[in-house]
Amino acid sequence: MKISRTTSATVIAVLAAIGVGILLLIAVGAPPFEALSLLIEGSFGSASKMSATLLAWSPLVLAAAGLVVTFAAGLWNIGVEGQVIMGAIAASWVARSVPGPPAVVIPLTILAGAIGGLVWALLAGVLKTRFHVHEIFGGLGLDFVAAGLATYLVIGPWARAGQASTSGTDIFREEAWMPEVEAFGVGWPIIPIILGLVSVAIVWTLLRGTLFGLKLKAVGSNAYSSYLRGIPTNSYILGAMAIGGAFAGVAGTVQATAFHHKLVPAISGGYGFLAILVVLLAGFGAAAIAPISLFFVAISVGSTQLDLRLGLDSAFGGVLQGIIVLFVLFASAYAVKRPSGSLTPQKEP
Amino acid sequence: MALEIRDIHKHFGPVRASDGVTFTVEEGSLHGVLGENGAGKSTLMKILSGFYGADSGEILLDGKTLNLDSPATALESGIGMLHQDPLVFLPLTILDNFALGSPGPYRLDRKEARQELERVSAELGFSFNPSRLAASLTVGERQQLAITRLMWLGAKVLIFDEPTTGISATQRNQLFSTLRHLAEAGLIVMFVSHKLEEVEDLCDSVTVIKQGKVVFGAPMPIAPEVLVEKMFGQIFVEQDRVDAETGDTLVKVSGATLEMGTTHVEDLNLEVASGEVIGLAGLEGSGQRALLRACAGLLNPSTGSLMVGGKDLTKASYRDHLRAGVHYLPAGRLEEGLIQGVSISEHLVLASEDTSFFVDWGTAKQRAEQKIEDYSIKGIPTSNAEALSGGNQQRLLLSMIPDIVKLLLLEHPTRGLDVESAAYVWTRLLERRSDGTSIIFGSADLDELLRYSDRIIVFFAGSVFAIRNAVDLDGEELGYLIGGKERV
Repeated sequence: MKISRTTSATVIAVLAAIGVGILLLIAVGAPPFEALSLLIEGSFGSASKMSATLLAWSPLVLAAAGLVVTFAAGLWNIGVEGQVIMGAIAASWVARSVPGPPAVVIPLTILAGAIGGLVWALLAGVLKTRFHVHEIFGGLGLDFVAAGLATYLVIGPWARAGQASTSGTDIFREEAWMPEVEAFGVGWPIIPIILGLVSVAIVWTLLRGTLFGLKLKAVGSNAYSSYLRGIPTNSYILGAMAIGGAFAGVAGTVQATAFHHKLVPAISGGYGFLAILVVLLAGFGAAAIAPISLFFVAISVGSTQLDLRLGLDSAFGGVLQGIIVLFVLFASAYAVKRPSGSLTPQKEP
Repeated sequence: MALEIRDIHKHFGPVRASDGVTFTVEEGSLHGVLGENGAGKSTLMKILSGFYGADSGEILLDGKTLNLDSPATALESGIGMLHQDPLVFLPLTILDNFALGSPGPYRLDRKEARQELERVSAELGFSFNPSRLAASLTVGERQQLAITRLMWLGAKVLIFDEPTTGISATQRNQLFSTLRHLAEAGLIVMFVSHKLEEVEDLCDSVTVIKQGKVVFGAPMPIAPEVLVEKMFGQIFVEQDRVDAETGDTLVKVSGATLEMGTTHVEDLNLEVASGEVIGLAGLEGSGQRALLRACAGLLNPSTGSLMVGGKDLTKASYRDHLRAGVHYLPAGRLEEGLIQGVSISEHLVLASEDTSFFVDWGTAKQRAEQKIEDYSIKGIPTSNAEALSGGNQQRLLLSMIPDIVKLLLLEHPTRGLDVESAAYVWTRLLERRSDGTSIIFGSADLDELLRYSDRIIVFFAGSVFAIRNAVDLDGEELGYLIGGKERV
């Protein structure tokens, strides 16, 4: 009953959001249906576009998988953006400094990314558990530090020989690039796709099938009851941050070694923050993040076509994503609130 | 000018917190409102002061019906309330606290406010340094500041909710003389309390509320035994008490000082034998909760010691207490006991000592079905905690207590339960005595205390007022002790 209510509310909300998007397009004088079909064509219209979409899907779903864990523990891990950046920085360091064949370097870049994100997330976790700094503020602060560090490395110590520019470091040597698999005439980002799918499977299993996951859920739902039950709540908060940060860090690795092949200041691509929206839409569960992430990157990737073909700003994709999230949040609040009554005390039957 | 309360009704779900309350208070009187915990005093006062809207009924001042839809409109109508914890903003100066809530949204004239503060406080016989921070004031002085502010804002009715909690005897005397002075000046002063002595001392008329209804109203003086009977009702204790054999000393509290919020318990000494049931009586906030939490390891005593089963747990953590076999069931079943959004099966997995990494949900479901049957819980393994009724939540909590426990600490174990569920809860609890488990429980239900305790500890105003064997007590005497009086 409740599930069907929520699901139907979500479907109605997405349709309503698309309706508002169409109205917006009409308001700016663009042909709405052409624009929407360009969105689809731009993301799925050809093999190379699909490959690009999947390459963007991977870091988004990785970051979202990590956020599912931190949300389960009741944490607003706004620091996810910084964790993606630190993962990318750590992976770039390995890619730049570790010699050897791909079979050695690539696993190391993934590991380094995981550790980079994990350490950054634990910092926010320790700020919370030890110094009572709310994870939103600690995380947001650390986001800025990470972004500043990336820019500093790009124009400072890791600057390209002879020119310090914000366009990025030197391209990594090719052994450090995540290899692609040729099919249908284009290269497919097979490792990022596998990482994305594995992250969803791990998080789903962790939360569904393990005592750790159950305790995380308990801590996230009622930390005080959990503490009285004998669950070491702070350890679980730190554990959730570590796992969430590791996944976000791997998303950073994908950005650095599979997409840019170098470190750039905007290495995260905003996927950390976008992942928060994905998880909100997915109702904080692992099951739906893969398709929702795909839907979101399709809008992002496809909206570049709007710029090229219709002269619309590609920011329209972001606007559409935002509208969808707002509508779905309204709808789910409506679906949850209504049956259990309003805020006023109930009358006796 | 009289305050008329006419047929006020207010429900919270199935609870009738005010059930047709009607009474009148005359100008210039100091009126006591008495009642045991949960009788509905606070709800009524919150309706009067605009915090809650009543479901039905009306309130008249000076013959005019008042519109009380927020504390601000109540104050405009002349009704001001002083809360148990005075509402003072500690980081602000005394002057800013005073000027807060003055009429008009924009203009703040500190110079005028300062003059007004000096004028009004001088009339009341208080003195403040306006530029000091409110944090420097004692609780008693914060009350004085709040009174000054309410008087300046034109209050004609002042409601004091348990104002003597947490203030010194000198400050209490000063507060009482202020209250008398205010009443003489023609105000209506409502004094909400469950301390008989204070009401006897101060008030010139009294209303007793029980289960949301006015059960008694008369001018003072009234004999205290009459008030006790009106507050608590007639209490019959059946003679079917089961006294168990008690063993050696299990819990030993020596010279403990416990500080928790405004509660301050000093020099607490207590020995509990294994298999013994100790009932903690007293008004809310008198120190029972502090003792339970100290035994549970959630409140470290600032002095003194705590031994459980020969182990010194004085400075031990909560988890050390759990390991030592201490189990605590707090009053808030959904706030401090169960977890919303988590099912019966999942709760039992959390409570089990099984530590394997992957959860075997098949076994978990079987275990849940078994416990549901054993404890007659009305629910299925996938029911979430919040979907259960209060009685079934308590049954679930009971089913989660480990098999071997040395000391069980319970707060209001049967509050809100029907008679059958309450009897069931106690049957299961008392079964554990034969294994040598000691039970310490706090309750506001005198019948429960008398029926199930071996000894009863009565707390009054933060100290142990009396320790008695339950068999030697009756309801009337226990009522006296809770109100801070020995029966003469």
